[in-house]
Amino acid sequence: MSTAVTAPAWPDALYDALLAAGVKQVAYVPDAGHRRLIELARANAGLTTVVLTTEEEGIGLLAGAHLGGGRGVLLMQSSGVGNCINALALPAECRIPLLMLVTMRGEWGEFNPWQVAMGQATPATLEAMGVIVLRADDAERIVETVRAGAGLAFDSGRMVAVLIGQRAIGAKAFRK
Amino acid sequence: MSQLERRAVTAQLLRNRGEAVLVTGLGSPTYDAFAVADSPLNFYLWGAMGSAAMVGLGLANAQAGRRVVVLTGDGEMLMGLGSLATIGAQRPRNLAIVVVDNELYGETGMQPTHTAHGVELAAVARACGFASAETVRTGAELDALERSLYAAPGPLFAAVKVAPEPTRIELAPRDGPYLCSRFREALLGPGAHL
Repeated sequence: MSTAVTAPAWPDALYDALLAAGVKQVAYVPDAGHRRLIELARANAGLTTVVLTTEEEGIGLLAGAHLGGGRGVLLMQSSGVGNCINALALPAECRIPLLMLVTMRGEWGEFNPWQVAMGQATPATLEAMGVIVLRADDAERIVETVRAGAGLAFDSGRMVAVLIGQRAIGAKAFRK
Repeated sequence: MSQLERRAVTAQLLRNRGEAVLVTGLGSPTYDAFAVADSPLNFYLWGAMGSAAMVGLGLANAQAGRRVVVLTGDGEMLMGLGSLATIGAQRPRNLAIVVVDNELYGETGMQPTHTAHGVELAAVARACGFASAETVRTGAELDALERSLYAAPGPLFAAVKVAPEPTRIELAPRDGPYLCSRFREALLGPGAHL
């Protein structure tokens, strides 16, 4: 078994799963863990990719997509979850589907202590606003978890966040 | 100081809307639109302050063939100022943002907003790459906006300066699932519920 660092396969399968779920708008504040997925989305002329200045913009955007009969997904890292809190009142009150994919920081071998507060508070913050939280801590579980989350969001009209564990992505390397 | 009256402004801008869809920001824009131009194709926000322009963008992306108008207040727009950059980067041709700018937080005791202190929202929108962005102060300028609102290529931005006046609450429906289903059925037909 090779120990060489290679690009993980799951972002490509995750991209296929999102397309199969009917996603047409991909909104994001970038995270390294979402890099491949963002590249794939940006390369697809059939998708509208929307780079946001702050994560809460994505909540309004995807509510608008639903009003217009469309589906989307919101990509962010855990530090952006707190930015979304009051905006979540919109999908919460209107029972609008919401699918968020959150790559986690501040939990598994984190080097930057400034990431820990929001990372540790992420599940409780989302749940406090009524968002259903699913977790994938192993790379091989990510795609099936997102597929299940998309069903719950779009078929049952719920707000769903899939937290992609730092364990699955690997801690960001700061030291050489 | 502008003498334009906000409810008359809203009525004029919406009287020939045709098939356009409308999103209103919380507070007076929601009350105004409900009072003078209620329609199933109106989606009234009662919260999520700062989100109105982005709801408009998501809708414009999903319905590229429809004109989407966002009617909101200066305080609401200021809370989502970054969304002007996001919209400027996207350049949706079918999206128009109209800020009814009384330079006040009308819901909370008429405190002055940033626009009372010289911040010019249209200049921000222009700097963000909007196809057109104007500040409207007179009846003639409002007439010009009425003509361009549904015809000019977007993204279009206008801040309409209106006279300060007491908030006139006109209670639009505030049940979220009702507003959402009403809107989607009007736009998408029976397939909205599948």
